[in-house]
Amino acid sequence: MSIKDRMSGNEAVAYAMKQIEPDVFAAFPITPSTEIPQYFAQYAADGKVSTEFVTVESEHSSMSACMGAAAAGCRAVTATSSAGLAFMYEMLYVVASARLPVTLACVNRALTGPININNDHSDSMGARDSGWIQIYAENNQEAYDNYLQAMRISEHPDVRLPIMICQDGFITSHAVENILLEADEKVKTFIGRYEPENYLLNSQTPLAVGPYDTCPYYMEHKVQQAQAMKNAKQVILDVAADFEKAFGRHYGLIETYRMEDAQAAVVLIGSTAGTARACIDEMRVEGKKVGMIKIRSFRPFPAEEIAEALKQTQAVAVMDKSEGFSGCGGPVFAETAGALIGLPKIPMMIDVVFGLGGRDCRVEDIRRVYAHLFEMIENKERGPVYLHMGQRSNEKEVL
Amino acid sequence: MNKITEIRWHGRGGQGAKTACLLLADVAFAAGKYVQGFPEYGPERMGAPITAYNRISDARCTVHSNIYTPDFVVVVDESLLESVDVTAGLKEEGAIVINSAKDPESFRPLVNGYKGRIYTIDARSISEKHLGNYFPNTPMLAAIVKVSGVLDEDQFAADMEESFHHKFSSKPQVIEGNMNCLKESLKEVKGA
Repeated sequence: MSIKDRMSGNEAVAYAMKQIEPDVFAAFPITPSTEIPQYFAQYAADGKVSTEFVTVESEHSSMSACMGAAAAGCRAVTATSSAGLAFMYEMLYVVASARLPVTLACVNRALTGPININNDHSDSMGARDSGWIQIYAENNQEAYDNYLQAMRISEHPDVRLPIMICQDGFITSHAVENILLEADEKVKTFIGRYEPENYLLNSQTPLAVGPYDTCPYYMEHKVQQAQAMKNAKQVILDVAADFEKAFGRHYGLIETYRMEDAQAAVVLIGSTAGTARACIDEMRVEGKKVGMIKIRSFRPFPAEEIAEALKQTQAVAVMDKSEGFSGCGGPVFAETAGALIGLPKIPMMIDVVFGLGGRDCRVEDIRRVYAHLFEMIENKERGPVYLHMGQRSNEKEVL
Repeated sequence: MNKITEIRWHGRGGQGAKTACLLLADVAFAAGKYVQGFPEYGPERMGAPITAYNRISDARCTVHSNIYTPDFVVVVDESLLESVDVTAGLKEEGAIVINSAKDPESFRPLVNGYKGRIYTIDARSISEKHLGNYFPNTPMLAAIVKVSGVLDEDQFAADMEESFHHKFSSKPQVIEGNMNCLKESLKEVKGA
């Protein structure tokens, strides 16, 4: 039986970490993820976990400490946000290419500047090419559940890649909501023991981690790394199936909501999915055929699944919670558009960049997006492809 | 339809509006409700206006935006009425609860034409009487429970007592004061 409780997204992740009891937690605080190491430090001080809690002087060092620990054969975790993630940047790539299963709780916050502490996805989207698996949560429950699944995915022999478990800063991290927790022993059984095949502290089979890679080998290693990311898709689904068997909650690479006959759909990531869900429920009562695709796994990107879900849809708005500065749309739009290239009939598509630096997204904002999509369907014309929503402006090409 | 009660808190940084908001989420959860309790964050500093929000319902509420048309508003610091539009979007059939020793009707000119009910609670004198110091959280919490009717009062008092036993397990002498403070607050809310 699950345990009914209420807590914030940060506490939920810290609680999951306590239940998992990793070998090493290396941390440097940054808003809004600070509470995660703060709660965990308390668990460590109270003797509730045997984890080595390492306070370091920067995020570059926290990721380096995680790398060292993971290379030694340990389960290593950390948490960060925004500029903290940016400061880890070099080490993110090193950890991923060394194929070390480090787990990072990313509490999404706008990436400076101007300096801002509120939520958008510019921090983790910036790290999208670093070779890390990225799983996003809609609410505290998903942040907890995703964290419980993280190590099983990351440590799988077909994968062996680090994993980022993302939740929206403040909106999820600091909001107290109801949650179902699982019993410690059931969590421990689900997670299992980590038995790395090769590790530095194994004196029987000495190895080097992270040496220089010459031309004749580098490309082979990168292709292996790419293959691992491809393999992660199936592993994410397998772990989700096991999770559902153990705890009863269902997860996939994407979640579709009312897509069965949807004419107009939004594609988005994170807490906005809940707001969109409420909007869809309202509009369905009015007879409007609207639906949503929520991307849970952004890395690996579920291109086939998204294409399958959108093949009957007439108009699609991809909602990007980071700018990307490509000059032609955000990263979620670019990848979703790419995913549809093989479809015999590609729906009309627009990109809506929204919610930057914590700009609130309300039910009526989502409603405006759907209204725009229905206008496109009616006029049989896509119109401008790259829009921003929610900013103060007198221009017409603004949602 | 899932009836959702939406409450918006206005306070100043350091006064405990956020804590009171999270406490309300706690007691509503204890009463079997689905809850949301979340503060709106900005560059916070002591004394700056802050906002916090509650949604309380019988089924999970998935909306993750701020609250723009609240059923109830709680003002922890009456001086905010001069600088913040605390009744913005407040439903006429709802109410506003203000922490003040003054008469509720005296605030009518300060609520931007709001025609709904106005309540006051003198959190300072109740708190100082029972706790010997100014802790507005418990009185404000009791007042909003009373005015909103979102929770059963007896159940609320019982849950709070249990939570005080947990929270103050190392100093049980303060539990009685807190409970007296809570009970008097439930009685002393003045309405107009």
